Amino acid sequence: MIEIKNLHKSYQMGKNSLHVLKGINFSVEEGELVAIMGSSGSGKSTLLNILGMLDELDEGSYTLDGVPIKNLNETKAAQYRNKFLGFIFQSFNLINYKTAAENVALPLYYQRVGRKERQEKALKYLEQVGLKEWATHLPSELSGGQKQRVAIARAMAAEPKVLLADEPTGALDSKTSYEVMDLIQKINDEGNTILLVTHEEDIAHMCKRIVHLKDGVIVEDKKVDQVRAEQYV
Amino acid sequence: MFDLERWQEIFDTIRKNKLRTFLTGLSVASGIFILVILLGFGQGMQNGIANEFEEDAATSVWVWPGVTTKEYKGLNPGRRIQLRNENYEFSANLLGDRIENKSPRYFVRNVQVNYGKESLAYGIQGVSSQFQFIENEYISKGRFLNYSDEREKAKVAVIGNKIKRDIFKDTSEPVGQFIDISGIPFKIIGVYGDVGGEREEERIFIPISTAQQVFNGADHINNMAYTLPPADDFETAVAQSIQFTNELRAYLLQAHTVAPDDTSAIQIWNPMEEAKRFYTLMSGIKFFFWFVGICTIIAGVVGVSNIMLIVVKERTREIGIRKALGAKPWSIVGMVLHESIFVTAIAGFAGLIFSMGLLELVGPHIEVDYIMNPSVDFNVAVTTVFVLIFAGAVAGFFPAWRAARVHVIKALKDE
Repeated sequence: MIEIKNLHKSYQMGKNSLHVLKGINFSVEEGELVAIMGSSGSGKSTLLNILGMLDELDEGSYTLDGVPIKNLNETKAAQYRNKFLGFIFQSFNLINYKTAAENVALPLYYQRVGRKERQEKALKYLEQVGLKEWATHLPSELSGGQKQRVAIARAMAAEPKVLLADEPTGALDSKTSYEVMDLIQKINDEGNTILLVTHEEDIAHMCKRIVHLKDGVIVEDKKVDQVRAEQYV
Repeated sequence: MFDLERWQEIFDTIRKNKLRTFLTGLSVASGIFILVILLGFGQGMQNGIANEFEEDAATSVWVWPGVTTKEYKGLNPGRRIQLRNENYEFSANLLGDRIENKSPRYFVRNVQVNYGKESLAYGIQGVSSQFQFIENEYISKGRFLNYSDEREKAKVAVIGNKIKRDIFKDTSEPVGQFIDISGIPFKIIGVYGDVGGEREEERIFIPISTAQQVFNGADHINNMAYTLPPADDFETAVAQSIQFTNELRAYLLQAHTVAPDDTSAIQIWNPMEEAKRFYTLMSGIKFFFWFVGICTIIAGVVGVSNIMLIVVKERTREIGIRKALGAKPWSIVGMVLHESIFVTAIAGFAGLIFSMGLLELVGPHIEVDYIMNPSVDFNVAVTTVFVLIFAGAVAGFFPAWRAARVHVIKALKDE
């Protein structure tokens, strides 16, 4: 599903060049649930941004579902993001003046799905995350866990190839974190490919594979026995 | 533009950001409102001035002799000019085809006026039969002087309403009665009124020929008055009356051997020239109104672009989210502009309709001197609205474009 070869990325910081990713080789199969771990500054967010086409790579190659991702202009990148990827953010990033259902329906708007179908699909995915009754509520009326579940429903709504989650439990307490992880595991059970950045060990062990990043290189890449979040809920 | 989905998205946004929409709209609507009202009153003042001068027998021309101030052809300055019948008749012949009404006037001075035993203190003026129209007098009883009174030097008099009230009270009938002027009985043939008020009704008119003969006037006249036929429009009227004045002045200067540049020897008062001055002033005022109006529009545009700037800034995070979800840069620009153009257009036309409605409703009821029926050229107003919409769009484009180019990651970090 994801194929990365010899990926390099550096940032210009004034006169100094900061080499963030120093040759990453990495691939993800369909249906995997991968945790990317590392301390801050290890390059894990940069990697996720490149995977999410929010940032461009300097060197190397990136293939997503057989499509080479290279030299994309903004329009093309937007198109690919919409088609291939679903994002889940640490700070949820819901649009505060739109209801839960409208937020979920938004990626479908950019897929040019008709209004009626959008609404139906939004309700369907909200039901899947257990928030059907909250469809008409604004984000400000929801708890943190509920917001993240709406965000997950939104990421799912576009039916992407890969879900990218950047510290999805970073802003939640542990109980809520496990609820969200439970949801993510269930989505993965249905065959969705999910990449998740975290620095929490227990969250990482709820995935099927852990990739450790340190100073811009992968230092460890192992398959783990998945801890089901269900038991903590 | 005709994308229904886009419209729905924009209506959603507007519905949920009422205050923002309201403020943008208010700034645009008030800009247009102020401009239209200003332009309306500019036009109203112009109408008012034109009306003021047209109404008041504005085509009249008055000639008063004075004293020469310049030496000319061996004649000393300080010579008093005396108008004579021949001047009047000659001018009438010379300019006759351009005169509607004309009258010489002779003031009868130092005479005793009596009615019965009462002594009266009213001015007596010898005039022609057409003087009625020059002064806009209306007849409330009997008739005004006529041509045969003049020819026969009849001893008849027309008195003003005020005089009638003063000495005949309301009961008795003045027409047919006699007043004594210097011991000579004059028969009252009519009573006139003047829209100018009581001061204008304190005069006793007798035929000029009678006045000159009976009161030793010889062929002297004190002044001359003319009215010119009405012209099709104000501009022609002004041009026509200035031309008339110049020719009349030229003749009189030459007839009395006065230096051409001596302004005090023959004075000709022409309200049209005054009107012309008002008109020049008016175009100044109109220019000023336009200036203020355009400044208002500029303020409106600046207001709109400010709001757009804030709106885009406020929505940076939202734009980032939309981009992460797959919005293309142009769809972001389109969304922001579409909303701003829509709001500006609705607000602009609301301001336009409201202000024009106000002018329509209130305009005809305004009864102030020099302001009449303020109104505005619809095309001008509509053009202004479009200019404002266009300017608002241009002003909104750059922040929108910048916002659309902002890196998603940066936009998402924006608080």
